[in-house]
Amino acid sequence: MKLSGADIIVRTLIEQGATTVFGYPGGQIINVYDSLYKYRDEITHILTAHEQGAAHAADGYARATGRPGVVIATSGPGATNLVTGIATAYLDSVPMVAITGNVPTTQLGTDSFQEIDITGITLPITKHNYVVGSVEELADTIREAFRLASSGRPGPVLIDVPKDIQVAQCEFTEQEPVIPEPGQAAKEIRIRDAAECINMSQRPFIYFGGGMITSDAEEELLKLAEILDAPIGCSLMGLSAIPTDHPRFLGMQGMHGHYASSMAMHKADCIIALGVRFNDRVTGNRAKFATHAQIVHIDVDGAELDKTVSAAHSMRGDLKLTLGRLLPLLNQKKLPEWRKTVEGLKAEERRTSDSRPGLTPRSAILELNKFLGENTAVATDVGQHQMWTAQNIRLKTKRRFISSGGLGTMGFGMGAAMGAAIGTNERSVLVTGDGGFGMCLNELATAVTYRIPVVILLMNNGVLGMVRQWQTLFFRRHYSNTVLDRKTDFVALSKAFGANGARASSLEELDKALELAFNCDGPFVVECMIDKDEFVLPMLPPGGSMDDIITKVGESDE
Amino acid sequence: MNNFTIAVLVRNQFGVLNRVTSMFRRRRFNINSLTVSETESPGLSRITVSSSGLETDKKQLINQLYKLPDVCSIKELNITESVACELMLIKVKNDPESRADVRDAASAFGAKTLDYTRESIIMRLTGTSRELDAFTDLMRDFTILEICRTGIVSLERGATTISKMEI
Repeated sequence: MKLSGADIIVRTLIEQGATTVFGYPGGQIINVYDSLYKYRDEITHILTAHEQGAAHAADGYARATGRPGVVIATSGPGATNLVTGIATAYLDSVPMVAITGNVPTTQLGTDSFQEIDITGITLPITKHNYVVGSVEELADTIREAFRLASSGRPGPVLIDVPKDIQVAQCEFTEQEPVIPEPGQAAKEIRIRDAAECINMSQRPFIYFGGGMITSDAEEELLKLAEILDAPIGCSLMGLSAIPTDHPRFLGMQGMHGHYASSMAMHKADCIIALGVRFNDRVTGNRAKFATHAQIVHIDVDGAELDKTVSAAHSMRGDLKLTLGRLLPLLNQKKLPEWRKTVEGLKAEERRTSDSRPGLTPRSAILELNKFLGENTAVATDVGQHQMWTAQNIRLKTKRRFISSGGLGTMGFGMGAAMGAAIGTNERSVLVTGDGGFGMCLNELATAVTYRIPVVILLMNNGVLGMVRQWQTLFFRRHYSNTVLDRKTDFVALSKAFGANGARASSLEELDKALELAFNCDGPFVVECMIDKDEFVLPMLPPGGSMDDIITKVGESDE
Repeated sequence: MNNFTIAVLVRNQFGVLNRVTSMFRRRRFNINSLTVSETESPGLSRITVSSSGLETDKKQLINQLYKLPDVCSIKELNITESVACELMLIKVKNDPESRADVRDAASAFGAKTLDYTRESIIMRLTGTSRELDAFTDLMRDFTILEICRTGIVSLERGATTISKMEI
């Protein structure tokens, strides 16, 4: 069958199972939009308010489903507007295929209208990218992009298609969807060495990250914990891989991690690190990080091994397959003393945790928990609310916590929550702040148009809280440009967009507002009033170690 | 800090050198020399990178290269088990007083004269980077007008080839 390049793009997307895509039309991608019209019964295109929102939506869709998210944009500004979204996906290893139009091949390199070198721009933020050279190679390029995006450590792939290639015709034969490259276990000898090290440990600690979700290795993880009698912690990216109420789970690590989790890792004599990359937000001062511990590090990306923290045993391999080989080599442990230590840390955490009555950031999230279904995806923006959510949200199902961890993209949440709702075919939740929401709230229009059910819990403290927190602690309370002296009425704003909203200044009002929100058809904004001086605690100061942990802000800091 | 040389076979595609060097820049690898050329297979180019750093830097550089889809194989070429050389063209001032000394030095190093005018002499020298450095250093006694070096090319000794190596 002879098809145009534009038709081939859409047919190949359908062939690869991408039946929902996000994007924004324009001059150099108009042919593809004509094909989207032609095949509209087989593929749904969600038109966002801005290309950035489309990229974040594709990202949220991918995180929630595990399948590559697809975003389409035109050349020039359409393409550059994707950049933050692509970078966000890259830093969090999210599979994504971005398709951009470009000026005709003969005009490339001449600074034509809306021409930009998007492959040059996205070189450092994609796993790979392509400028398609001929219509004959178009279908296979898209297939390869899907395979690359979802193989090994996933990531975004961009395909730039000059206009003449969208117009040109060639034969097209549908193929089976591509299969990601099969993973491999680490080398046997390395697994044996690591097993020996783990078997000698008296205080083992398991620390996992986003790789756990990608590799679907949670069953092996829990078996490992049972064999080692070990507590478990995770990075922000690991959240949702196992239920947050699992008895061995101590919660998130790092700068704003749970006290017991961070402390247990600090005291461990062996850290089994699975699908993590020891980001500075986790380790703090690397020279003082886990000084008592031997580290066993398994990751599918060899470049993450010994990159920032050198491990006693590091091995490249798929987590599920490698753990499968490792488990039979381990001796069943019983470590009552280590358990006691960990229980002590948990008690200490409970003692210092925020139990103030009334509406606080923590009580707001705990209130939200009451409304969450087993399968509800919770997205966040970036900042204080993100950490409050990460610390307190109750998650039951894998892939249901959607947050920009690596890049820390404010404005990520609204698009991501829409993508997650579409991907799960269920109501999703966005927890956001007035700063982050302000960046991409235009997507409220999209959620209204498509009646995408998103409950938006907007924690409004009138300030850029996270930066303000640093200013309080480290910059002598010079609140430079962090006070949002805005007069935005978010309830009225949501109505202006055609959505609904309610304001909550107490727990009772929050309960009522959430009740409305979770029964609403389409998006609903719950504006939750938060004091501007609320802190995210505990806090490991940047570059600090566990000895510097701040668990409360006392008089001396005021 | 150690010097190391790595040979990389890459798919001979538009922009591939840019992908490799962009990664070096982004990851802040310190590159001393880089050469690219076609190989015995039309679809493949060979990049020879010489860099210096710690053992962990070397591992990181190899692992990051390995992640580029256009990279087909990677091999570290260590000094004892490979041959390496570089080519240099050097133009010095032709001065009646120093002419004889320049000629002596050139013959000691085996440099060939390619161009000889009243004002200047161009010599070609092939050898290890160290030999080229030493010759350059000698020429500083005279007046160096211009230098152009190719960067290191290197092959493993014996019958093994990079393409048969596992990444």
